[in-house]
Formats: sequence, C-alpha cells, structure tokens
Amino acid sequence: MTRSPAPPPTAAPVVLEQVSVSIGGRPILRDVDLTVRTGDMVTLLGPNGSGKSTLVRAVTGLLPHARGSVRLFGTPIENFADWRRLGFVPQRSTATGGVPATVREVVASGRVGRRRLLRPAGPADRRAVDSALEVVGLADRATHGVSQLSGGQQQRVLIARALAGEPDLLVLDEPTAGVDLPNQQALADALGRLKARGATILLVAHEIGPMAPLIDRSVVMRDGWVAYDGPPLSQEVASHTHHAHDHDVAGDHDHAPHVGSPFDWERRGRA
Amino acid sequence: MSFLDLFSLEFMQRALLAALLTGLAAPAIGTFIVQRRLALLGDGIGHVAVTGVALGLLTGTSPTWTAVVVAVLGAVLMELIRERGHTNGDVALALLFYGGLAGGVLITGIAGQGAATLQAYLFGSLNSISPDDVLFTALLTVVVLTVTLGLSPQLFAVASDQDFARVAGLRVRAYNLLIAVLAAVSITVAMRTVGLLLVSALMVVPVATSQQLARSFRATLLGAMAVGCLASVGGLVLSAALSFRVSVAPGPTIVLLALAMFTATWPLGVWLRRRSRLMAPFPEVSAAPHRSTDEHPHEHGADCGHPAVPHGDHVDYVHDGHRHAVHGEHYDEH
Repeated sequence: MTRSPAPPPTAAPVVLEQVSVSIGGRPILRDVDLTVRTGDMVTLLGPNGSGKSTLVRAVTGLLPHARGSVRLFGTPIENFADWRRLGFVPQRSTATGGVPATVREVVASGRVGRRRLLRPAGPADRRAVDSALEVVGLADRATHGVSQLSGGQQQRVLIARALAGEPDLLVLDEPTAGVDLPNQQALADALGRLKARGATILLVAHEIGPMAPLIDRSVVMRDGWVAYDGPPLSQEVASHTHHAHDHDVAGDHDHAPHVGSPFDWERRGRA
Repeated sequence: MSFLDLFSLEFMQRALLAALLTGLAAPAIGTFIVQRRLALLGDGIGHVAVTGVALGLLTGTSPTWTAVVVAVLGAVLMELIRERGHTNGDVALALLFYGGLAGGVLITGIAGQGAATLQAYLFGSLNSISPDDVLFTALLTVVVLTVTLGLSPQLFAVASDQDFARVAGLRVRAYNLLIAVLAAVSITVAMRTVGLLLVSALMVVPVATSQQLARSFRATLLGAMAVGCLASVGGLVLSAALSFRVSVAPGPTIVLLALAMFTATWPLGVWLRRRSRLMAPFPEVSAAPHRSTDEHPHEHGADCGHPAVPHGDHVDYVHDGHRHAVHGEHYDEH
C-alpha cells in the first residue's frame, strides 16, 4: 500500500482520542481512538449494536461526546464551523419525502451548506450538481422522480447529494444496506472515482462486497470498543474477529433500552 | 340583484382579495409540512388558535392578534414536544388539539359570548372582513411567500432530511421553528376565509392534488399554490352564486371545491403512475437461458396494443404474464 508522506497529525480529517459517547445516560462508546488521515478510505465494521452508527454520529456532530476529544481537520468539533468540508450520507433506506421531488432537486439540496440565503443557484452550484450526478452514474436520471428509482439508485442519489457540497471528507453510514449487487458495484465505482481524486472516506458497512479493493484500513467495532484497527480485513476475517471475542449471548441489543412502562426494567433484570 | 352585481359590492371585493391571498399562502407553507409528513400539524395549530380567539373576545382585543400569538406559541410547543419525545409525538399533538378546542369554547363562554361569535372564526366569515383585515392578510401573505419561496432550498433540505441538513451546517431547529411559526401565521391568515377548523384542508388538499401530477418539488409547490387560489376564489364565487337560493357558507365550499379537484386528478395520477411503472425498462441480466415461445400466432409491433418495454438493446412485449422479444422469425421468452 503506497501513501503520500503523512500530513501533520493536526490536519487529519478525523481524530478521536479516548472518546466516550452516551445515549440516554448509558455509555455506548467507550475509550474510542480513531484517526482517519487525508486520502484514506476507512471502513467501520462490526455487528448490529456494536456502535458503528453511534461513532459516525459523534464524528458528524449529531451526538455529543461525553468524554475525550473529537477533532475535525484539526479543530475541536465544538468549535468546528466549516461544515461544508464534510459530506454526510445518513443511514436511511429511501431518498423520498412526503412530496415528490426529482433526482436533481434532491442532489441540489446538497448545496445548502454553500449557498447564501435568498440567492438563486449560480453556475457553480449547477456544475457541482452535474458533476455529482456524473460520479454516481445517474446523470441520465436527473429529471426522474426519486420515488421511481430502485433502493440502490436512491442510495446513489443520497451519495450524490453529499458530493454536491464538494466535501473534503465523506462519511457514509451503511450505504450498501439492502442494495443489490449491480448497485453495490455502481456505489463502489463512484467511491473509487472519489478516492482517485484524493477524497477522504469513512464508511460504515455491513458487507464490503465490491468495495474491498478500495479500502486502506478496517476498524472493527464490538460492543462500543474498537476491537481491531489495521490493514483491511476480508469479510470472513472481520466476522471471525468479533465472533472470537463473543463471550456473552450473540444477537442484537439496543443501546438505550426502550422502557415502555416504568416497571419494565425490573422484569427485564430477572429474565 | 344579479350575480354580477355581487362583484361591485365592496365587502365582496375584500373577500375575493382575502381568499386569493389565503389560497397562495396556505399551500406554500403546506408543501413543506407535507414534505415533513406532518400533514395534521395545521389542524392542531388551528385548534390551539381557537383558544387565542377566545382570549381576544375575553380581553376585548382583536381576536386576530391574540390568535396569532397563541397559535405561534402552540406551534413552537408542538415542535419542541416533537423534537424531545420521539415515540409519542402524535399523542402530544392530540393533547394540544383537545386542550385548544376545549379552552376556546370555555373561555368564549366566560367572555359572555355565544357559539355564534366563535363560529365566525371556526368556519370563516368572509363577508364580515374589514379593510384592516385585508391589509393584515396581505402583509402576512407577503411574509409567508417571501420566506417559503426565498428560503426554499434550505427549507427543502431540512424538511427532507434533518440529519443531513444538520451536518451540512444548517440550524435545523431554527428552520423547524420557522416552518411551525409560518404555519401558525398562515393559519391565522386563513382563519377569516375558511375558518380554523377547515384551515388544514387549504394547506394539505392543494398539495395532495398537485402531487398527483407533478414530478418535481418545485412543480408541486407552484401547482399547489395555483390549486389553492383556484379553490378559494372559485369556492367563494360559487358560494356567493348559490347563496341566492340557499344559505351557503364560503369556507366549506372552498374546501369541498379543493377536494373535488383532488378527486378529479387522483384517478389520472393513479393511471399515470401505473403506466410509468409498467413502461420502466427491465434490468439487463446477462447469462439468462435462451427460451423461445411455443406457438405464437400474434405478431407484435409498434401499435399492437401490448406495452413495449425497453430491455437492453431491444424491447420486450408484455402480455399475459410473458415478456416476448423478437428473435428472427420467432419470439423469445425474456
């Protein structure tokens, strides 16, 4: 693996040091260290409930961290204001809302971080949207309604929306969930094109599939800890890594258990 | 007095102007509310505003102003409850519905006013609109349209994906509150035309009508405003025309006309969507086994009546659960 000389550590797009994140008072992530260097593509792997999405939400500022420090491009996240440098693809199954919208409209909404209030879209906005559609291979679908597209194509629309903001760091939360193989290939192609341009990518994935050759580093999460951080793992090895550490009963668990009735927790404890 | 003489009456002119403005403002904000899947938010705010009207009657101040204040407070409260509690948002909305309506009726009674006074606000009374009311409506409409059209990129981003908008650096809570406050303002704008209990219809029904035929958000927004104008002005004129024979209130007429327009476009929308699904190209899958049809007396062609769906470099003719592609002298099963 070849990489350009390491930039000063402060300039790394993402640096987490001893980060703990709580949801509803319950610590979910504990003592997480993670650095994503410029130009790297890092995948976060791990079973459901291992804290992958929580980590992504802490990196994007959607969740506050209880302890440690989160730095984006060298700036502590509390003081970070240059959000246009960050492109985010949230975990969601569709790109549709209550009202129809075209592919182009959804992608163009990715420009909001760069547009000034009460100004019409300029040529730079249009160019960015065109290029984002080009990268994900949906340029010919620009005028189609989003709801007409398949699930995998809608995921590509969401990626194009993040790209339209011309970010330096792209954070994707499970863009491949429930996406068929041809669309996974199209996603991988789009990410490959971005990587070639020098983009930094942090990707949460359940299955790596066709993206495997692009990955520089894998981080495996398990129960809120970083269980592995190193050279890319194949899907099988990644699964093995966390199975090997499975002491308790396998299976999904909620981070903050839903308490429907105030007496629920007692029975839960006895079960 | 003939039907055309009606338009020379000053109160009728004022009513027409108010209806036109309401028809523009309510669907404009309604589009963003429907985008957020909060179609009933308008109805909730309308119920809360009843208490505001009653407070105005009790204190002797203009019910319009007290309604604006209480509706805005109610909208902000709803927004905050929705933001805090994830699971019971609809229950919180229902609590405000009932609280608003019960409070309004109770306070109206204490103010010594009958249900008739309240009714003018519940179901609208275009005919009693003063020039000041029209001016007020016009001002609020300008504010609503400036904000909804001017900030539509930001509002669209927030309404379609809050997490994304937050990471893009937008102040999502401020925009959510802005939408809620604008909704409250539009509702008080519409109070005099369709009334508080029917106001949600003018925010939602034009949007539902417009999205039957529109493909883009922009077209839905503009179409909803057109439908809103047509319904409110048309409904007013219709109710005036009918009122020579029977007493017809403008509010319900406006809402029913909007619903009639929805009913007219709905089958068209269903048909268009079914057609576009039917004609969507089949995916290209390589290495499919070659199968030709048995007997095929029918000859497919451009106008044979069977849908010709693109499939790679050729078309498949769809009939009776088969996809037939021309292959030399015979047809292949695809």
